[in-house]
Amino acid sequence: MAKKYTDVLKKNAMLIVLVLVYIFFTVSTGGGMFQAMNFNALITQNAYVFVLATGMLMCMLTGGNIDLSCGSFVCFLGAFGGILMSIKGIPVGLSIILMLLVGVVYGCALGFLIAYVNIPPWIATLAGYLAFRGWGTALLSSNSTTGSISLAAQKSFLAIFSGKIFSTPINQLNVICVAAGVIASVVVVVTSVMSRARKVKKGYEAESMMSLLVKCVLSVAVIMLFAYKLALAGGIPTVLIWVVIIVLIYNFITSKTTLGRYFYTIGGNAEATRLSGVDTKLIMFLAYLNMAFLTVITTYIVTARFQAANSTAGTYYEMDAIAACVVGGVSAYGGAGNIFGMVVGATLIGVINLGMSLMGVDANWQKIVKGMVLLAAVVFDILATRKNNTK
Amino acid sequence: MGKVILEMKNITKTFPGVKALDNVNLQVEEGEIHALVGENGAGKSTLMNVLSGIYPYGTYEGSIIYNGEECQFQKIKDSENKGIVIIHQELALVPQMSIGENMFLGNERGKKNAINWNETYGEADKYLKMVGLSESSHVLIKDIGTGKQQLVEIAKALAKHAKLLILDEPTSSLNETDSRALLDLMLEFKKQGMTMIIISHKLNEVVYVADKITVVRDGSTVETLDCHNMEIDEDRIIRGMVGREITNRFPKRENVAIGDVNMEVKNWSVHHPVYTERKVVDNVSLTVRAGEVVGIYGLMGAGRTELAMSIFGQSYGYGITGTLTIHGREITLKNPREAIDAKLAYVTEDRKGNGLVLSNPIRVNTSLANMKGVSEKGIIDVDKEYAVAVEYKDKLKTKTPTVEQNVGNLSGGNQQKVLLAKWMYTDPDILILDEPTRGIDVGAKYEIYCIINDLVRAGKSVIMISSELPEVLGMSDRIYIMNEGRFVGELNADEATQESIMASIIQSGRE
Repeated sequence: MAKKYTDVLKKNAMLIVLVLVYIFFTVSTGGGMFQAMNFNALITQNAYVFVLATGMLMCMLTGGNIDLSCGSFVCFLGAFGGILMSIKGIPVGLSIILMLLVGVVYGCALGFLIAYVNIPPWIATLAGYLAFRGWGTALLSSNSTTGSISLAAQKSFLAIFSGKIFSTPINQLNVICVAAGVIASVVVVVTSVMSRARKVKKGYEAESMMSLLVKCVLSVAVIMLFAYKLALAGGIPTVLIWVVIIVLIYNFITSKTTLGRYFYTIGGNAEATRLSGVDTKLIMFLAYLNMAFLTVITTYIVTARFQAANSTAGTYYEMDAIAACVVGGVSAYGGAGNIFGMVVGATLIGVINLGMSLMGVDANWQKIVKGMVLLAAVVFDILATRKNNTK
Repeated sequence: MGKVILEMKNITKTFPGVKALDNVNLQVEEGEIHALVGENGAGKSTLMNVLSGIYPYGTYEGSIIYNGEECQFQKIKDSENKGIVIIHQELALVPQMSIGENMFLGNERGKKNAINWNETYGEADKYLKMVGLSESSHVLIKDIGTGKQQLVEIAKALAKHAKLLILDEPTSSLNETDSRALLDLMLEFKKQGMTMIIISHKLNEVVYVADKITVVRDGSTVETLDCHNMEIDEDRIIRGMVGREITNRFPKRENVAIGDVNMEVKNWSVHHPVYTERKVVDNVSLTVRAGEVVGIYGLMGAGRTELAMSIFGQSYGYGITGTLTIHGREITLKNPREAIDAKLAYVTEDRKGNGLVLSNPIRVNTSLANMKGVSEKGIIDVDKEYAVAVEYKDKLKTKTPTVEQNVGNLSGGNQQKVLLAKWMYTDPDILILDEPTRGIDVGAKYEIYCIINDLVRAGKSVIMISSELPEVLGMSDRIYIMNEGRFVGELNADEATQESIMASIIQSGRE
C-alpha cells in the first residue's frame, strides 16, 4: 500500500511541486497571487508558452529535437502582420490568412531541410533564430521611426486574440464565465466516469473508485476556482479558448491517432519504425510544419496582447517552450511525454514568472531561478527513470 | 616446449540469463601464434574481453596468470600496461584524423598537456615501416583502404609496446591479397619473438599461421591442437568445432506440402550506401516456395542482412539491380511500406537496434507495422489493439504479466517473440527471419522453431538467415551458402552436412 502512494506521488510530482510553488508565492505576496486579476494575468501572459510548447512537444517526441527559431519568427511575423494591417491597410481577415501562409511556407522549408536534407534541427533552426530576429527588426525600423508598429486601431484583430468573451466590469460576477466553468466541470466528470465504466465493462484494469473521486473533486475545484476568479476579472479571455482548443486537439492526436503514435515510436527507435513501413521523413517534416503553424498562432496572440509589433517580441520564447516541456516530463531524448505533463510544466513556468514579478524579484534573478528549476526537473527525471531501469 | 606466458584458468563469465563462458582454460606459450576457433557465439570474443580487462576483474570467475603473476585488470589500460593489446574486429579508428593522430590516440606523445607532434609523426612513421606501410602518417584514415587501416591498427598496437597481441577476426573485411599480407606479417613478428592470439573463422588462414589451435564450443574449450605434433587440416578443426550430436533440438516438421514459388530473386546486386564502388551483394539468385523453409548460411559480413534488407523495400544499399518476383508478378518495392503491402516481412537481426521500440509496451510494438489493422481513419482503437497484442501473446506463449509491459523489460527470447508477433500481424506470405535465435536460450530457441514450423504449415514461405550451422541444418528444406556477397552453394536438406557447407565456403575463399 505504501508503495502505491509513493507511485502516485512520483507520477504527479510536478503537479505537487506546482501546488507548493503556488502556495509559496501566495503567502510571500501576501495573497496577491490569489487575486482575480492575477488569475487573468497567469493565462494571458503565458498563453504563448502553452501554444509553443505544444509544438515543441511534437518536435521533442521525435527524438529530442527542438526549434530555436520560433521566438525570432514571432518577431518577424508580427512585424509582417503589423505592416499589412496598420501600414498597408489590408483587412484583418486577409492579413491573418497571409500571415498563416508565410508561416506555412517557412514550416515547409524548415521541415524539408531537416527531414529530407538531414540538417540537424538545432542548426537549421539556429539559422532561423538569427535571421528572423534581424529581418523582423529591419522591417520594423524601416517602416516606423519608433521601431514598433501599433495595432491598437485593429479592433477586430484584438477582439479575436486578446479580448474577453461577454466582458463585464471588474469585480462584477460574469455569469457566462461561471456557467462555462460549470459546463466544463460536468464534461470532465462525465467523461472520466464513462471512461472508467467502459474499462470495467471490458474487464480491463481500471483505477479505483477512490482515485476517480479524488481526481474529479480536484479537477472540479480547480476549474470552478478559475471560473470564479476569471468571472470577477471581467470574463473569459479569448486566448484561454484558443489554448484549450489547441491542448484538446493535440491531446487527441498524441494519444488516440496513428499519426501521434508514430511521433512516439520514432523517438523510441527511428530505425525500427522505418522498417515497420512508416514514412519517418514525412513525420519529421510534419513536426516542423506543425511547429511553424503553432508559431503563427502564437504571433497572433502575442501581437494582439501587446497591441503592437515590436523588435523584442518573442525573445526567449523558444527557451520557455523547451523549459515547459522538459519540466513537464517530456524526454530530452524523445519518445516520452504527454500534453498533460507539458501543461503542468508550462503552468509552473507561468506561476514562477508571475510570482516573482509580483514579489518584485529582479529580472536577472528570475532567470537564475528558472534555470535552476529546469535543471532540477531534468535531474529528477533522469534519476527517476534510472531507478525504474535498475528495478 | 616454450615458457608459458599466459594462462587463463577456469574462467566463467555469466551474463544475465546466459553463461557465456563455462570453465574455460587457455595456455599460450611465449613466441607462438595461438588460434581460437569456434562458431559465432561460442565465446571467443568474450574470453578475449575478459583477458583485456573490458570485463573488469570481479565480473568473472577464475584467474589470469600472465608472465608468472596473477592479473586483476580493472580496465583496458591495465592490460595494455602489461603489453597485452587487443585489436578488435571493428576497427577503432577515427576516420577524420590522420594515421599518426590515430596511432597515439589515448597514448599521446609529449608532455602531459602538450602534444609533441614531431615525435608523434616521427614515431608513427617508424611503426608504419615495421608493418610495411609506405603511407605518410599525415594521411587521413578515411583516405586509405580497409586493408591498410587494419595495418594501422597493428602499428598502433606496436606503439603500445605489445608483447601479447590479440587479433579478433583481423581479416574479416580484407580481400585475399591483403589477408595474405597480414598473415605473413604475423609470421614475421613471430620470428621477432612476439606472442599472438588470433581469432578467425577462416580455417585456411588458421592452418597457415597457427602453432596451436584451441577450439571453443558453447562457452567451453573443447580441445587444443598442436600443429607441430600432428597433421592438422581444416576437416579436423571442423570436427572439433561442430562435434556435438544433433538430437531433438529441432521440432519435427511433418506433412507440410511444398507448393508454388512464392518469391523469386534474380541476379540481385547491391552496393554499399557510402562506399558506392563496393558490391556487398553480388549477383545473387534465390527462390522460395510456399511451405518451405530456406536457410541462408554464411558468416558475419557475408552480405546476408544486406541482401535481406535490400529485398525488403530497398531499405539498405545503393544501386540495387536485379528482378524481384512475388507470386509470379515482377515488382519493384521502393520502401518498406510497399514491401509490407506485397506480403513481405523482414524480421530484423538486431532486436534492440532496429527491431523493437524498447521504451514502449508490447501492445504498441505488436501493432506498429500494421496500424491500419487497429485503427479506423487514423484513430486508434485501443481496445482492439490490446486484444491483438493479447492474442499474439497467447499464440506465441510470450511470458509477461501484461501486454502493457515495456519490451525493454523482457528477456531476449520474449523480445524475439514480440518481434515475430509484430510481423505475423502484418499477415505476410513470405517472412525473412534474420538470425531469429541469436542470443536467446535453448528453450526459447525451440519455441521459435515451433513458430517457424507453424508458419510454413499455414502455407507461408520462410527464409531463415543464420550463422549457426546446426540450426540451418535442422530447420531448412533447402540451404543457400553465402560468402563475400555471393551465393557459393545450394544444397538440399538431405545432402547437406556441416562439413559440406563449411567446405563450400572454404572452397570459395580459395578461388
